[in-house]
Amino acid sequence: MSDSIVTLIDVEKSFGKNKVVKKMNIEIKEGEFLTLLGPSGCGKTTTLRMIAGFEEASSGIIMVQGESIEDKEPFEREVNTVFQNYALFPHMSVFDNIGYALKIRKKPKNEITKRVNEMLDLIQLKGYENRKPDALSGGQKQRVAIARALINNPKVLLLDEPLGALDLKLRKQMQVELKRLQKKLGITFIYVTHDQEEALTMSDRIAIMNEGVIEQLATPSEIYDRPITKFVAGFIGESNIFDGKVIEVHDEILVIENSAGTIMAKGSGFKVGEIVHVSIRPEYVKVSIDPVEGFNLKGTVRDFLYMGTVVNTVIDLKDNTEIKYSRFEKDDDFKERDSVNIYWNPEKAVVIKYKK
Amino acid sequence: MNRKNKFKRKTLPALAMAGPVSLWMILFVTLPMLYIIYISFMSRGVFGDVVYNFSWDSYKTLLDTTYYKVIVKSIRAAAITTVLCLIIGYPFAYYIAKKPKEVASKLIMLIMIPFWTNSLMRLNSWLLLFQTSGPINRFLQNTGFIDAPINFVYTDGLVMLGLITSMLPFAVLPMYSSIEKLSKSLLEASADLGASRRTTFLRITLPLTFPGIFSSIILVFIPSLGIYTVTDMLGGGKVLYIGNIIKNQFGAIRNWPLGAALSVLLIVITGLLIFIYTRFAKIEDMEVL
Amino acid sequence: MRVSKIQKRKRWQGLVGTIYSVAIYTILYIPVLVMMIFSFNNQRYNYYWNGFTTQWYTKLFTNSAVIDSLWYSVIIAVLATVISVTIGTIGALGLKKYEFKGRKFVNNMLYIPIIVPEIVLAVALLIIFMKVGFALGMGSILIGHCTFCIPYALVTIKGRISGDGYSLEEASLDLGANRIQTFINITLPSIMPGVMSAAFLSFTLSIDDIVMSNMLAGSKSSTLPVLILSMNKSGITPDINALTTIMILVIVISMVLNKAIKNMLKKTKNTEG
Repeated sequence: MSDSIVTLIDVEKSFGKNKVVKKMNIEIKEGEFLTLLGPSGCGKTTTLRMIAGFEEASSGIIMVQGESIEDKEPFEREVNTVFQNYALFPHMSVFDNIGYALKIRKKPKNEITKRVNEMLDLIQLKGYENRKPDALSGGQKQRVAIARALINNPKVLLLDEPLGALDLKLRKQMQVELKRLQKKLGITFIYVTHDQEEALTMSDRIAIMNEGVIEQLATPSEIYDRPITKFVAGFIGESNIFDGKVIEVHDEILVIENSAGTIMAKGSGFKVGEIVHVSIRPEYVKVSIDPVEGFNLKGTVRDFLYMGTVVNTVIDLKDNTEIKYSRFEKDDDFKERDSVNIYWNPEKAVVIKYKK
Repeated sequence: MNRKNKFKRKTLPALAMAGPVSLWMILFVTLPMLYIIYISFMSRGVFGDVVYNFSWDSYKTLLDTTYYKVIVKSIRAAAITTVLCLIIGYPFAYYIAKKPKEVASKLIMLIMIPFWTNSLMRLNSWLLLFQTSGPINRFLQNTGFIDAPINFVYTDGLVMLGLITSMLPFAVLPMYSSIEKLSKSLLEASADLGASRRTTFLRITLPLTFPGIFSSIILVFIPSLGIYTVTDMLGGGKVLYIGNIIKNQFGAIRNWPLGAALSVLLIVITGLLIFIYTRFAKIEDMEVL
Repeated sequence: MRVSKIQKRKRWQGLVGTIYSVAIYTILYIPVLVMMIFSFNNQRYNYYWNGFTTQWYTKLFTNSAVIDSLWYSVIIAVLATVISVTIGTIGALGLKKYEFKGRKFVNNMLYIPIIVPEIVLAVALLIIFMKVGFALGMGSILIGHCTFCIPYALVTIKGRISGDGYSLEEASLDLGANRIQTFINITLPSIMPGVMSAAFLSFTLSIDDIVMSNMLAGSKSSTLPVLILSMNKSGITPDINALTTIMILVIVISMVLNKAIKNMLKKTKNTEG
């Protein structure tokens, strides 16, 4: 626990009868880039607002540097926030916006000027100090908002969908910039987003939230390759998900049977006869005209969907379900209405505990 | 969060901010309104004092021919004022609303400016214009339209002119903002679907601007019903409306319960109109300014 | 150039609309113009036009009754404005931000002074003051004026509080400012335009008020409108015309100046940025 900077223990939050955060437990390490990812209404922003102090937890403990902060007002907490719509003060110049936290603390003028100039350097907006927020572009506003939040050297920076209002190109650019900034300053970032790509490219760890609960907390690659719940498998990237029954267990490789056929996948802690989900990414799916050992999954090629860089092939299975199979180029070995055998490397398919 | 903290963070700021206005409204609006209802059920003593015995006397008095006539006359005058303000004001509001936003806000400003002059002096101007030896009578005499001056002063007609010119802006402003909010694409869609301009107006414009029209009705009808300055200035004590009668009960005549009962009548009429209004619009959306 | 039938119709409609509007503006401005013209009339009572004079403008300042009542009105209007705008500003923020029991009730109460005829509220206040033995005078008039100015001020300001005002306040708290610092540095500047128009509205409502001032005045001093109403029987003298002419000119000129200064500030700012 020594290196954890923010700790949430059994934190819950209700608005009236509506419980938006349920028994949340998380330890955030010093210097980490942690992302809270989930669909809207999953409780991620509420979690952030509880850490910032804008909402009170209904129960549970929030600690920063091992100290409970429930009695601290937002202005007493050593965390700062970058708001969703920047929340720049419209009647103040860029300089005054960035220097606000120091001015409030009645720091001497020359110190404020020095620090603000350092921040302007950091965000590469020198020469813009006299502009009003209205005269800035979206990306510039974003950078001012970040500088304003960083000037007080917070222990933790909270970012609430900071790139949500930017267009795609600028968003990509700012993602890189933010990550660079975080590495350089070594500050802990707690980042809220609903954009999975953003989360996957920037984060050290991702907490995937759904209906107030953390479904999985892991590194981006673990989340992508080894989702532990059906929600995570479906939410991150594209997945083919089968429901079936375990009929054989060989170490970590399981043979699973369902109404479309028999398949193999990796998983541990499952028993023969157990009902499970199996998730397989479309890019790991393979197809052959001849049968493959261990697999008995047949289908008919229905469609080729051109998705820009990849081609998705949709194959109908005999139980009226379908499976997606994707390649960078169209597979010329077969054509529409061909009958094919489907298989994959069992290591690449994940067995997940069954949940309705 | 412990209780002391919650008090400091939530209760104290809420009390400090919403407290004064709440207290003021309760002390100087709710209480007096309840008290006037209470007084209306009391009766008048011999010396004009209030006798604290429950009675319907004041309300029975309202049905006496003298008072009944005044009430009917007031309601009729207020209704005529309202109807005329709507008929005159709607096309005017429509004309302004169809101008570009910049121009429209200037035109609205132009309506407001005269209303920053003292309202009594504006009424007095009508009196000066229409008095026996005033410019209008002189003009009519000089041009040979009439032989002897017409007596406009202290007539119902002049009171009506005063009412309409005093109330017109309150009719125009709500209608203007509801017409202005009306999306142009709706009118275009209607025309596109084959409706004539007349049909579009009757089926689209009028129903959609109805909340604005009803705000206008409330903002013209209710004040017209209670006003006494116009009748005092232009009616010269000969034309009496409910407002004059109420005022007199608290002045020379000293019959508080009767004045209170008349006030309650106005409250009931107001309440009724507001109730109808809230059936199809929110009170917060009423354009009162 | 060929003019289409539709264009012709539109032009025709535009012309009719303009004539109609000019007619209405004329009717609205006639009383003001007549008031101004008769302030130059060389006659003790304005029976008819009797030649040009400016004597009323000089005589005005020697008529102590008029000047006294004007000051009385101005003092009441200034006090009513300060009280109403203060209560209205914090009230608007409080009612918008905090949920509490009775909030809806207070919100509805606010519309009573706006909608119910003023005479009703005036006599209601009168009988309450009489009941508790509160002496009539400046205090009672002031309470009366505030009772209708507060709702107008509050509704005006509430309309200017935008939804994202909260995130600005949160940002300020987040950056270390306490609630009072946040109110002064962030909240107040962001609603300042609303506060200014509320102040203007309160002042004009108060200084032009007759009903409250009349009913709650007691026997001592009277406000200018009450004085005018009482002069009505014997005839309003042209010095009052002169006074109200000066007043409307002051208001209009200060509005124009205010606008001009604002525009100038905007321009200099734009060139800076």
